[in-house]
Parts: sequence; C-alpha cells; structure tokens
Amino acid sequence: MDLSVAKPHEITPSLLYLDGVTVSFDGFRALNNLSLAISPGEMRAIIGPNGAGKTTMMDVVTGKTRPDSGAVLFDKGIDLTSRDEAAIAQLGIGRKFQKPTVFDHHTVEDNVLLSLKGDRSVRGNLAWFATAHEAERIGAILLTIGLSGQRQRLAGSLSHGQKQWLEIGMLIAQDPKLLLVDEPVAGMTDAETMTTAELLKDIAKDHTVIVVEHDMEFVRRLGVKVTVLHEGSVLAEGSIDEVSANTRVVEVYLGR
Amino acid sequence: MITRRLLEAPDGRGRIFLAALLGLAVLVPVLNLALPPSSPLHVPTSMVALWGKYLCYALLALSLDLVWGYCGILSLGHGAFFALGGYAMGMYLMRQIGSRGVYAHPVLPDFMVFLNWPELPFYWWGFNWFPYALLMVFLVPGALAFVFGWFAFRSRVTGVYLSIITQALTYALMLGFFRNNFGFGGNNGLTDFKDILGFNVQAAPTRAALFALSALALAAGYLVAGAVVRSKAGKVLIALRDEESRTRFLGYRVENYKTFVFTLSAGMAALAGALYVPQVGIINPSEFAPANSIEVVIWVAVGGRGTLVGAALGAVLVNYAKTTFTTGLLAPYWLFALGGLFVLVTIFLPKGILGLMTKRALPPPPAADWPTPRLEVAGKSPPLGAAPRPEELNRDARATGRPAATGLPQPAE
Repeated sequence: MDLSVAKPHEITPSLLYLDGVTVSFDGFRALNNLSLAISPGEMRAIIGPNGAGKTTMMDVVTGKTRPDSGAVLFDKGIDLTSRDEAAIAQLGIGRKFQKPTVFDHHTVEDNVLLSLKGDRSVRGNLAWFATAHEAERIGAILLTIGLSGQRQRLAGSLSHGQKQWLEIGMLIAQDPKLLLVDEPVAGMTDAETMTTAELLKDIAKDHTVIVVEHDMEFVRRLGVKVTVLHEGSVLAEGSIDEVSANTRVVEVYLGR
Repeated sequence: MITRRLLEAPDGRGRIFLAALLGLAVLVPVLNLALPPSSPLHVPTSMVALWGKYLCYALLALSLDLVWGYCGILSLGHGAFFALGGYAMGMYLMRQIGSRGVYAHPVLPDFMVFLNWPELPFYWWGFNWFPYALLMVFLVPGALAFVFGWFAFRSRVTGVYLSIITQALTYALMLGFFRNNFGFGGNNGLTDFKDILGFNVQAAPTRAALFALSALALAAGYLVAGAVVRSKAGKVLIALRDEESRTRFLGYRVENYKTFVFTLSAGMAALAGALYVPQVGIINPSEFAPANSIEVVIWVAVGGRGTLVGAALGAVLVNYAKTTFTTGLLAPYWLFALGGLFVLVTIFLPKGILGLMTKRALPPPPAADWPTPRLEVAGKSPPLGAAPRPEELNRDARATGRPAATGLPQPAE
C-alpha cells in the first residue's frame, strides 16, 4: 500500500514515521509491513479489531519490542529501533497503558513528581530536594486532572477512573512531544468517558497524541483523523465518517 | 548537599533508633569497663561480644532491607558480601599474628606453612596494612556486587530467577572457599587472631570498642540507607519495585538504579562482616552457606520489610531468640521454631513486628509542607476550561529556559 509519505532521509514533516515495520511472534505477524506517519501537533485515533497490532505498534514505538524489519523514525530522523525504553522516553515519547499503571505505594503527588520532566540519573535524583517550582507544577497538573483534593492520598486507593486520570496527568508531567494513549476509557462510565475525551482534546492542543481505542463513540467524540489497523497493517485512513463508510472496514470491524 | 541529605531529620521512629544506638555505644562499654564485676549493673564481656555480633547482623539485615524492601531485589546471597568483608578483615588479622603462630613463620599464616606454600600469594599482599585491608573490605564485595548487578540487571533478570542466581553466587563462593588451594584456609577458615591495630582482640576494652563501633556502623548504615530512600532516587526505587516497566517508560534507567543500590547494600553487608569477624574470632566458608543468607531474609521479614529500623530489630530479636533456644533443652527445636516463626509472620504480620506498631509500614510521604494549589476543585470531574493550562506550561517553560510546550518538534535534550 502506497501511503505516499516522504522518504526518511529527507527532512520529513512527520513527528513519527513508521515505514514497512514487521514484527513476528512465533511466525504470527503482529505487524505486517506497517507504515504510518504522524504530523507534529496532530491527534490521531487508531482503531482495529483485537489482534490488529495496535498494542504491538505502541510497543515498537516505545522500545518494548524490536521490529524484525522496517524503520521507526522520530523527530527529524532519530532511529527508535536501536534505543531502549528509557532512552525513548527521554527523547520525549510518553505512554499510557491500557490497564492503568500508577505507583500504588506512592502518593498522587509523588506519582506526578516522578513523571515530571527532568533529570533521570541516579546521582541527580539522590541529590534532589523538593522545590516550590515543582510543587506548583504538580499543583497545576493535579488541577487539570481533577485530583487536587487527593494530593496526599496513596495512588493505590484511587478509583479506576481516577487512576486513569492520574496516569494522564503523569503523561502531562512528562511533557512529551508525542503521547501514546492506549484505551484511555476502558472500564469508564459514560460520564467519565466524556470527561476523558475533553481532557485528551485539551492535551492535544499543545501535544502530538496517538490514541488507541475500541470505543467508536469515544473516537467520534474526539473528531480526529482515524487509522484503521487490520492484521498488522493499515486498512483505511480518514475521518471517522469516511472509514465508517469504507466497505472493507465495515467487513472486518464495524459490521460484526 | 550530601550532608544535608544525611542530616535531613529522620522520622520519629528513626530518631529513637539512632538515639538508642548512640546510647548503647556509650553505655555498654562504660557499664562493662568502669563497673566492677560485682556490681549488678556490670555488663560481662561475653555479653558485650554477643550483642556486638547481633549489631553486625542488624547491619546485614538493614543492607538486605534496602534492596529487598525498597527495590524488590530478593537477594538470597547477601551472606556472600558479609562473608567477603569478613574474610578481608580476617586476612588483616591473620597477618597481624606474625611469628606468634603455631609454626612461628614471620610472614606466612599457619595454614600456608602447613600446606608447604613457599611464599605469600599475591592476593594476600598488603593485607598487613590496615587501611588497605579496610579498602578491600568494601572494594571486593562492592566490585562483585557491581559486576553481578551490571550483568543481571541489564539482562533484566528479576524475581525468583534473580533470587536463584544470588543463591548460586554464594554457593559457588562457599565451594571455592572450602578448597585449600583457594588460599583462604579452606575448611577451617581464618582464626587464632591476636591483635587488631595493636590491641589484643580478646581484651575487654577492645571488645567494648568493637561493640561501640558496631553500634556506630549500624547508625551510619541507617543514616545512609535512610538518606537514599528519602531522596527522589528512593522514590524511583519504590516505583520500580512495584511497576518496573512503567518506570522505564518514564525514562528511568532501571538497571542503573538497581546496580547502584545493590552495590551500596553489598558495601554495608561487607562492613557488617568486617566488624563481625574480630568479635567472633573466626571466619570460615560456612558463612557463605545459602541457609545463612535465607536466615537474613527471615530477620527482615520478622522485623518488617521496607522499614529499615524493623530489619535491624528483627535481626536482633531473632538472633536473641536463637541464642536462647539453641542453648539448653530446646536446642533441637530451634529450626522448627525459626521456620514456624517465618510462616506465622508471613501469614499474620505481612509488615512484620514494626507493622504492628505503625499504621503504614511503607515510607510515609515526605514534603508535607508543600504548598497546596490555590484553586480547589469542587466537583469530582476535571474542571475543563477552568485551569489556564497552556499558560501554565508556557510560564514553566520560560522559568526553565526550555522551549514552550507546543505541539511543534523541539530539539532533543
């Protein structure tokens, strides 16, 4: 499939560029020659049935999985395939997991503190002392995600929805260039889903965001360009109405 | 910076602990040396040596708690670092014997004469000099822990697999040290010590001084470990203990944190071993026995994992019980009692004895004096549109001199 994107050696306008990425697990091709380009400032929704390769795609971008072949380039041609998770995170890619993973034994405040953009070295963090600036920044983030009142609570005692928001707050604290958000509204009530959509739209104003989601209503609410994955490669791309009208998409996904 | 970190006020429990150690370091030697044996308050020298040993065990337990309680590394081989530190001290003590040995050789320790070794092996060189021996006390176990950690943590060996490797490490060392041609006295180890820094190791004042040093070493170990766990690096340790991959995705190089804390902990265990050997008067390969290392885990579990103070307390309590149980009628039942204790504590006191005394055994949130946000949210849902987020981000960006947080690509840091 020709996506007519620029070649990597040119200065591409893309913030993230995947070209011909293939990942196999025991012969099963989780990603099959996947190509994808995300522009700076864009918000993109990625949908697809189970096993379409959505999570594997995120694993490849964040360094958890090495692709068998293909190029993954970030921010003016930085090759991500040769870097590990920590290096990629430090380059400015943040990830929110499908299952909310916060640090249960830390307070809400410390969860955000650990995520704040800054020194990640052992030495730097041994010599760390709390600053008013950091406290203020944490306060602003907690306000954004609506957890100001829970600042000193242990994250493990938060409700499911609150944990999801805390994790989004941790992403904001990282201030990454690119946010990968995996099923942010899984297990949320309708009201929580709506709030989360607004929250993500707000974040997308000054960040590049990729959202992987099953919930079509949620994707519709985001109102952004949609990429449909199927069997490890791109099946269709366009607005939610366009892809919904695509017969192949309906066949593999929507028409169930 | 380092002093500020070290002297940052420990919590109430920590202060009591430190005060108790300092009190013991002064009081016990005074009660031992200054009072006549007839006095009811007199502490006999045998008791001083016994409690000095407990304090060394407490430091060993503290070092294990630092890696296990705060970083989730269940080391079943921490006895190896303890024993290596002990051997380094033992080598110094052996060289101090000089010509007073059974074979009266001026340089070679007795076992080397017995094995017909013509000269001192190179790795024994310099051990007659105390500062060098002291350096080796830290360097050898530290280097071993660093290299071991470097490979194990980079290869992402975790959980039970890591525990098994640590167990294998101490077992391999035990087999090595049992061999005569390894050069450390084989089966018998190193013993018959005479002097330490010119003082008779058997003399009451030396024992009292070693006791005081053990108490101070435990206090120092507590201060260092406390400083680490209170720092942001300590928060990272707890984070990676609970959610290792999440911590990586935040950009922390987990293997560096683990290697650092593992090496630091090995150094503390080694110091404990070095103080232990002159007080018990012998070091032999049985100190490497896997069962010894497992016992340390029990001390920590009994006292309270992830509390530091609890680990030290657990070590003293279990060893006191061991001394009581293994002398007299109950001797054959000690191992049953120990095993039973471990089972009971694991089931009924997951936070150990210290967990009984405090509501939350995990480190409490520091920095309680941070300012609270000016705006409070009334409802439960996020106040969208209420908070001026982009402005906040931009203001912060100005303050740090970084480009403003926009969707546009920014230069990599």
